[in-house]
Amino acid sequence: MMTPEQNFMRKIEAEEKIEPKDWMPESYRQNLIRQISQHAHSEVIGMQPEGNWITRAPSLRRKAVLLSKVQDEGGHGLYLYSATETLGVKRADLIAAMQSGEAKYASIFNYPTQTWADIGAIGWLVDGAAIVNQVSLQRTSYGPYSRAMIRICKEESFHQRQGYELMIALAHGSPEQKAMAQDALNRFYWPALMMFGPHDAESAHSAKSMTWKIKRETNDDLRQKFIDQTVPQIEFLGLEHPDKDLKWNAERGHYDSGEIDWAEFYNVINGNGHCNRQRVEHHIRAHEEGAWVRDAMTAYNAKQQAKTAEQRQAA
Amino acid sequence: MATDNLELYEVFVRARRGLDHKHVGSLHAQDAEQALEYARDVYTRRSEGVSIWVVRSRDICASQEDDSESFYDPSDDKPYRHATYYQLPEAVNNM
Repeated sequence: MMTPEQNFMRKIEAEEKIEPKDWMPESYRQNLIRQISQHAHSEVIGMQPEGNWITRAPSLRRKAVLLSKVQDEGGHGLYLYSATETLGVKRADLIAAMQSGEAKYASIFNYPTQTWADIGAIGWLVDGAAIVNQVSLQRTSYGPYSRAMIRICKEESFHQRQGYELMIALAHGSPEQKAMAQDALNRFYWPALMMFGPHDAESAHSAKSMTWKIKRETNDDLRQKFIDQTVPQIEFLGLEHPDKDLKWNAERGHYDSGEIDWAEFYNVINGNGHCNRQRVEHHIRAHEEGAWVRDAMTAYNAKQQAKTAEQRQAA
Repeated sequence: MATDNLELYEVFVRARRGLDHKHVGSLHAQDAEQALEYARDVYTRRSEGVSIWVVRSRDICASQEDDSESFYDPSDDKPYRHATYYQLPEAVNNM
């Protein structure tokens, strides 16, 4: 007779998904809550840097596209909060943890969007990096997370393509536009690499997450994939690669690259990026300003229920 | 057979772990527990599933097919939500 723990590991090893009502180790549950809610917070906070440019998009077409993309991010946040809630936590608590700083979101969103080209760079590089990670997570061991990832990946391709299309327009435009594209690439390239997290040896949660198949590929392997796929994309734009140490390694079949500025990485994670405070303050403000809507819905529901009860009694 | 006094339930079956539950049909039962047993007997006689959901049909709120045109209208004129809308040169078209 197998213990619940052995049965759980049997499913993991047999590539079977773990579903919400299955027995699971408490630390597996906690690990998932941390990772999926962090992912959800990232989708929602990620609406801010892009939302910043909706009213200033250079054409109606670009504006409609950007609006659609930001709308998608909100939807992705919903898929992921719902997946987290299958683990027995309340959304209100998750949001409170993010607002207090106890729970994190992707650090990339603490960088400001200074020019219109940043919108292109974000779609191309930030969503591009997210896709590499999310494609891998489609095979995560937790059923609801895996299904949310599959849904999100289907929608995500448009995000990267619209960003790259925007970059083409700028890179092949006037010298000023090209310079703007180069500047956005320079500023977003390294933070995009940081999105994959610390090196495997330094990563706090990696080993356990790999054993449990929450994560399917390591931070460094995913980062390598992104580095390799981005090189021809930069070349096509005719822009300069921001990594001066980048070199093809025929033996490995991959590009060797320069070292990431890890001091910057930890500095931003620990709250000292350009926009950390602004992002959380804005989230809290929007949340508080929307309180009356939630209150009105509760009041309306209570009224409706009372009415139904009354009708039942009368009948 | 008096099904009049019985509740109608919709049955959803998860064929394999990792997949969504999928609607397979409906049945009458006295209560949820009985509905689950009936569903097992009727819809999973050949190992069609690893998990069953039953939901009272009257608890399901459904959109009206007749209203489809106006209901889905807001997304019909937004082709730019599709990846294929963005024409990229062959060299970089794999994203």
